[in-house]
Parts: sequence; structure tokens; C-alpha cells
Amino acid sequence: MKIAFTTTGEKLDGALESRFGRAPRFLLYDLEKETFDLIDNQQALNAPRGAGIQAADTIVRSGAKVVVTGHCGPKAFQVLRAAGISVYHSDAATVAEALSEFRSGGLSLVESADVEGHWA
Amino acid sequence: MIVAVASGKGGTGKTTVSINLAVALGSEVQLLDCDVEEPNVSLFLSGSLDSVEVVTTKVPEVDETLCDACGECGLFCRFHAIVSLETKPLVFPELCHACGGCSLVCPRQAIREVERRIGDIETTRCGEISVVRGQLDVGVAMSPPLIRAVKARSRKDALVIVDAPPGVSCPVIAAISGADYVILVTEPTPFGLNDLALAVAMVREIKLPFGVVINRVGIGDDRVHRFCQENDIPVLLELPDDRRVAEAYSKGIAAVKALPQYRKHFQHLLDTCLETIRGSGG
Repeated sequence: MKIAFTTTGEKLDGALESRFGRAPRFLLYDLEKETFDLIDNQQALNAPRGAGIQAADTIVRSGAKVVVTGHCGPKAFQVLRAAGISVYHSDAATVAEALSEFRSGGLSLVESADVEGHWA
Repeated sequence: MIVAVASGKGGTGKTTVSINLAVALGSEVQLLDCDVEEPNVSLFLSGSLDSVEVVTTKVPEVDETLCDACGECGLFCRFHAIVSLETKPLVFPELCHACGGCSLVCPRQAIREVERRIGDIETTRCGEISVVRGQLDVGVAMSPPLIRAVKARSRKDALVIVDAPPGVSCPVIAAISGADYVILVTEPTPFGLNDLALAVAMVREIKLPFGVVINRVGIGDDRVHRFCQENDIPVLLELPDDRRVAEAYSKGIAAVKALPQYRKHFQHLLDTCLETIRGSGG
């Protein structure tokens, strides 16, 4: 299973980004192989509106089944849920910390968008 | 004939100029309040209500019994207003630009367009001034369709003054497009200059004739004046930083009514605009 972490860095010790839609990139971690890839989120970062939807679209296409992030807005959450992707909240400083929290079952599943959208 | 009043920066005096032009004219004139997110012309010109019209745009509606989740609609929409990821499409009406593309590319004709209310247009009569005010509904994020609906009510048989929203993005372009002349209102401050330069680039890009009104002269510095001089931009009118104008404004009274000495300045401004339009064969 693959997990997408929002991050500003490029490695496991990179910072966990608290925003989902406007995260610079995603670190896609493969739990079985214990390897990772980086996915750019530039398209969403540059979008005047609909960044969350664009980012969610990117996640769905990446094949990730789980997202670990700080906060997720209503539109992104709706798209992720429709695609059957679980969203977990983490306040961890780095991706590596968030990953170990996830492995130990210490992360809480997000049941609904936890921040307001910017445009609606 | 359409004269649009715009600015880069907000709060420089667009509405002040629009209202005073309309009042100073003294004959039949139409004033379009295109600042639909915060229309305020009616605070100064109240009158008898002629009509209220509801404005809608089209948004997609998906018939899920026909949809096979092929995803074509989502691939087509660059605004992510419709998203389909191996699922039945999700529609985000507030992001929709009403192009109708999703319904055209749908191979199963599962998408039809339905009306969504975005605001209304109120027309009032105030002496010789007909005020047409667009007002966007709370929660609606996209104003250009409503601005275009207000402008579609422009009369051909009278002077039309457009009070545009601030900024230099889509709502402003929607408000000033098709104008015969654009008045850019600014103030002689660094902020005023920064946003004036953006507004000048905008009107030059869409090739509209324009001139500048400098409001509240006496505050700030002379950089706006120098900018206009260096770029061959006509300064149509300079209004002093006059507390009495602000006091009248705070009571909802046009400067030319409270201070008759201002009338000739606005008449002169209007004459200059109209001469330029006629001179260019417009």
C-alpha cells in the first residue's frame, strides 16, 4: 500500500507540510517495498482556485490509498473520499515521524474537512 | 457611449468620480454599478425602484443512471468544477465557468446544464439618472457573469457610466470591456502609483483609450504626476484633498451637490472624455 505525505522536503526527514492543497509536493511511501517517490504539486500550487481538487486528483492518480497531512479542505476531502482514500491527521514535524506514528496506529482518521475552503 | 471608471487600488475614488460625473451631466444618463461584490452607488443615489431581475449561470447536472464514470468531463474541465476519477462525477458549482464543455464531451449525454442563481440586478430611477446595480449573492465567488449581465443593460440612447470594481483581474476586464473611454482614478501615494502602473498596463493590453484622475492631491508625493508625464498619460483632473468632500461623502451626498464649485471640474472631465471619444471617431 502507498501512503502520500504532504511535504516541503525531498526526503523522509523532510518537514511534514500542514496544508494539503497548497503543499509543494507529496512523498509517496510504499509500505511493502519501503521505498518512496516524490510527486510534484506545482500545478495545484499555481492554481488560482481549486488547488485542493487538483491536489486530490494528483493523489488519486498516484495510486495512494492513504493521505497523511495537517489539514484538508472541504473540496479536496470530498474528492479523496469519493475515490476511497483515507485521510489521516498528523502534527509530526517530519515525514519520518508521521510514518512511524502511522505504523504504530497513532494517527487519527479524519472524518470530515477540518478547515474552511477559501472560496466558498 | 460608455465611459468606465476604474482603478488599480481600491478606495481611490471610483464611485466618487462616477457619481459626480452622472450628477454633473444634468441630462439623461445611465450609471452601471459593476462593483457587484460591494455595490455602493445606491448609497448616494436613491430613487424609485423600477425592476429587480435575478441573474443565473449554467452549471452541470449529472444523470448518474447514464454516467459510466469514463472521466472525460473531468479531463476537459480546466477549473476542476467537475471531477471524475473512476467515480461518478463530483460537481463544484462555485468553480464552474459555465462553458458547457463537460456536457459536450460526455459520450453518454449524461450531463445537462441547469440554472444556478448568482445574484440580482436592481434598476432605480433617481431624477435623470438611471442606476443599474448588480449585487452578487453571498457565497458566490465569481463575479464576471453578473457584471456582463449588468453591462448587457447598457442603453444606446444615453451616456453610460460604468463604476468598475478595483483591481486588474477578470471582474475589472469584464466591467471595462467595450467602453469607449476609461478613467483611471488614483491617489498620489506609493500604493496608488504601484496599482496605477498595473491598471495602465491592463488598459494598454486591451487597447482602450484612457486618462487619469488624481484624487486627494496634497497627500503623498509627486511620483504619480511624474509617472503620468514620463509615460505620456493625460491627467484629466486633479481633485484636492478636501475634508468637505469626505464629509459630504460620509453622509451619502455627491460632492457636486454639497460643493457646487466642483461641478465645473466634473463637467470639464466629462467634456474631455467625450471629445477624445469623438476625436478618435468612436
